[in-house]
Amino acid sequence: MFWIILTAILVSASCALVGSILVMRKQAMLSDAISHAVLPGIVIAFLLTASRNTFPMLIGAGAFGLLTVYLTDLITRKTKLFEDSSMGIVFTTLFAIGVILVTLFADMVDLDQECILYGEIAYVPWDRWLFMGMDMGPRPVWILSFVLLLNIIFFLVTFKELKIYSFDYQLALTMGLPMAGIHYGLMGMVSFTTIASFESVGAILVVALIIVPPATAYLLTDKFLNMILLSVGFGVLSAITGYFLAVWIDSTIAGAIVVMTGIYFLMAYIYKVYFDEKRQGLDSQKNIVALTPK
Amino acid sequence: MDGIIQDFFLLGDPNVRWVLAGTILLSLSAGILGCFTILRRRALVGDAVAHAVLPGVAIAFIIVGDKNPVMLLLGAVVFGWIAMLVMENITLKTKISTDTSIGMVLSVFFGLGVVLLSHIQNSGNVNQSGLDAFLFGNAASMLPFDVIVFSFVSVVVIATILLNYKEFKMLSFDPAFGVSTGFKRKRYEFLMATLLVLTITAGLQAVGVVLMASMLIIPAAAARYWTDSLSVMLVISGLIGIFAAVVGSFVSFSAPAMPTGPWMVVAAAVLFTISVLLSPGRGLVGNYLRKRKQRQKSFKENILKYIYKSNEKNIDSKSQLQEIHQKFGQNGIRVQPFIDKMLNEGYIIRSNGLIELTQKGEQEAKRVIRVHRLWELYLSERLNLKSDHVHDDAETMEHFITPELETELMNILGKPEKDPHQSQIPY
Amino acid sequence: MSKSVQIPPVEVHDLTVKYGEKPVLWNVDFEIPSGKLIAVVGPNGAGKSTLIKAIMGILEPVSGYVNIFGKPLDEMRNQIAYVPQRESVDWDFPISVQELVMMGRYSHIGLFKRPRKDDRQIVAESLEQVGMTEYANRQISQLSGGQQQRVFLARALAQRADIYFMDEPFAGVDASTESAILELLKSLRDQNKTVIVVHHDLHTVSQYFDWVMMLNLHLVAFGPMESTLTEENLKKAYGGRLNILSKAIHLATQQNYSREK
Repeated sequence: MFWIILTAILVSASCALVGSILVMRKQAMLSDAISHAVLPGIVIAFLLTASRNTFPMLIGAGAFGLLTVYLTDLITRKTKLFEDSSMGIVFTTLFAIGVILVTLFADMVDLDQECILYGEIAYVPWDRWLFMGMDMGPRPVWILSFVLLLNIIFFLVTFKELKIYSFDYQLALTMGLPMAGIHYGLMGMVSFTTIASFESVGAILVVALIIVPPATAYLLTDKFLNMILLSVGFGVLSAITGYFLAVWIDSTIAGAIVVMTGIYFLMAYIYKVYFDEKRQGLDSQKNIVALTPK
Repeated sequence: MDGIIQDFFLLGDPNVRWVLAGTILLSLSAGILGCFTILRRRALVGDAVAHAVLPGVAIAFIIVGDKNPVMLLLGAVVFGWIAMLVMENITLKTKISTDTSIGMVLSVFFGLGVVLLSHIQNSGNVNQSGLDAFLFGNAASMLPFDVIVFSFVSVVVIATILLNYKEFKMLSFDPAFGVSTGFKRKRYEFLMATLLVLTITAGLQAVGVVLMASMLIIPAAAARYWTDSLSVMLVISGLIGIFAAVVGSFVSFSAPAMPTGPWMVVAAAVLFTISVLLSPGRGLVGNYLRKRKQRQKSFKENILKYIYKSNEKNIDSKSQLQEIHQKFGQNGIRVQPFIDKMLNEGYIIRSNGLIELTQKGEQEAKRVIRVHRLWELYLSERLNLKSDHVHDDAETMEHFITPELETELMNILGKPEKDPHQSQIPY
Repeated sequence: MSKSVQIPPVEVHDLTVKYGEKPVLWNVDFEIPSGKLIAVVGPNGAGKSTLIKAIMGILEPVSGYVNIFGKPLDEMRNQIAYVPQRESVDWDFPISVQELVMMGRYSHIGLFKRPRKDDRQIVAESLEQVGMTEYANRQISQLSGGQQQRVFLARALAQRADIYFMDEPFAGVDASTESAILELLKSLRDQNKTVIVVHHDLHTVSQYFDWVMMLNLHLVAFGPMESTLTEENLKKAYGGRLNILSKAIHLATQQNYSREK
């Protein structure tokens, strides 16, 4: 139980970090696209290494994540299609290819559709990492900790660049800041996070962990740092309460975690839309005062 | 192989009939409806609805206790509708952007569905096996009764679109204007959303949750390449959907382990790629060829111009052929094929190793030079460009200006004698 | 940095820009003098914003180039500041006024480093200059239109540049903000800075600015206000479409032409 909750917490924290930027940049659906499109990358990594080793999988998934972003940009630029259409074309096609590959090499690839969609967080405690003959604990915990660490470092180092990247991309261009680097860096982090979380919570539920806690935080705060911290907070809270919900109603853990993210969002939504009118009223009054010349 | 082809295309196998009919009907309505969704920038809404109907299926199963397709469909439609409403409300009432609300609804509803399904599974109801056909799609197991339901859905979708074609067109293009003319926007939004939910729900059994979105997006996006007319686009998109359905069914028929849905998507994606590359007018290959043809035309015209000018300046024409090779043969361009071509087309003739313009060639060279100088004059006289800035642009434009445009230029400028650099304009 | 008088702050050479298949700017060529307040005017769709974006390297031109103080743009990024149109960003974005203005310092701070004390000092001064000091800790979602514009200006001031490009800074602001902005522009000019402003109000052009650039697909006229803002030029800039020019450009761009540099 301890390991399962810890895994869930690590997954939610990483997802909430990258998710908060995606939500602020209004690119939330990229996480959906990437989480599906990495499938062929995983299968290819499987085939090449003939093992369930995580690092080739991370690389394969990362490559296909970036490919999705690149192809979406390319199609949007070269055609007259809107961005959401090109994204839809790219990720569903890659996912379809992934499913075909899984079927084609079914005897070699230890993956099935259910595990892609649901994940297998309940099996985490049994997936041990043996290092030089020593039992180091569950392998996914190590991998997810590593990804979370990577995310935290990425955020600490590029905090200010991420801020301008999400707020005013064009200004950043005029200043000569390396926005393409930040863009693909972030997309790489999204891909890594997605694939690392994938095993435990599945392709679609990882989308929930990326989008919903940041959206909840976005409703409640208008400070950049608070938003990121609150996102992580909601993610972790959902992970813990979701576990107990799953135990209580006897269902999958990942699904229950997602339901909890939804419930927290609903609470924030109700608070914001129905009970926060007073404060909103005050704000608009403040604006009127501020408008009058001094 | 022959046997397979016969069984498949001559519908020898009764199973094939149902699968093929089901997938074709579904892709047809998805293809048609998809045109409206992509034109309205709602491509991913379909994705969200496809995921969001899952709890509806599960709840219907819990209430009814078996897999009655009509009840499951009903549950799905209800949740598809709720999902639409929730998305709309979130974007309307909060500062959260559209794509975030799409993503939230998609994943949270799906999560709820997964929880309910696993709950059902753990509850040990024996009827539940096969419910996950809604998740992954399983066209091969379609039953005659399913196909009847799908036909009904498709007929409703297509008939509704035909009957309300002009209203849907308005809704997709400029609903605000429509409202100002008394157009009942809400009503048609509702109708369109219902069609979408119906089609998606029906399609899930064939292609599954994830790939349903692609059957709405890809055929329509490909169709966009072949036409600028909405009605034609609907037809083409429907046909592409049918093609994808046939390919998908055929692959999974001839290799039974293969899933139908993903192959349908791949078939549609191949057609999309072909459309992007090859469609006339918009295709990338066509663009490239046109560009290349234009470059060759410009090159040819430049050679003619050069020959004409050397004559004009009375440069010793003996060295012409060599000069042409020197001047135009830079950057590894082979000049000889161009010269051969112009010889063939009767623009130039060869006499004693020299190159001379024929009458036709001289006319063409004069035209190019005339247009060049007229354009320079237009730029400097009408647009006040400094005369030392006009040459480069004229150098490009001389290859593009049509006879009609030339006449227009002449009308504006009168029939001028000299260009801004005091060179004679040849007529 | 020392500049000799002869080098123009901005030199645009034969710039052609297109959006998709439509050309929006064609063969624009000019040099901007230093220490002037310059208005860019023209009808809707004349390419005013496009010109600024192309000069600043946000849009890739089909042909032509831009020099800033005689050097390529990439070497001179710290000499230019930009005030985009107010609608170009999301004002619900979760940051404070101070954080927004600090973005103007990012290129000076350098990659991956944190703001230093003097950056904070500059931000405070810039806020002071636009009269927004007391709003420094306010979140931007709580600002009025005029205040948003002031904050945007403060951010450009924090860039401490020599050349300022502003895209419709007077659009939708209250009267007091309008005069405050104008005062600010004049003080920039008095420090021999160059200010290029996309402006949509022909009535105030001659009152607010020293020089005027008139655009309509091509450069119609550019020069000191009195000699340039003539009825004839206005007719040229606003008097309908340029038939032959746009037809010819259309033909050329249909063939995907790109002129060799």
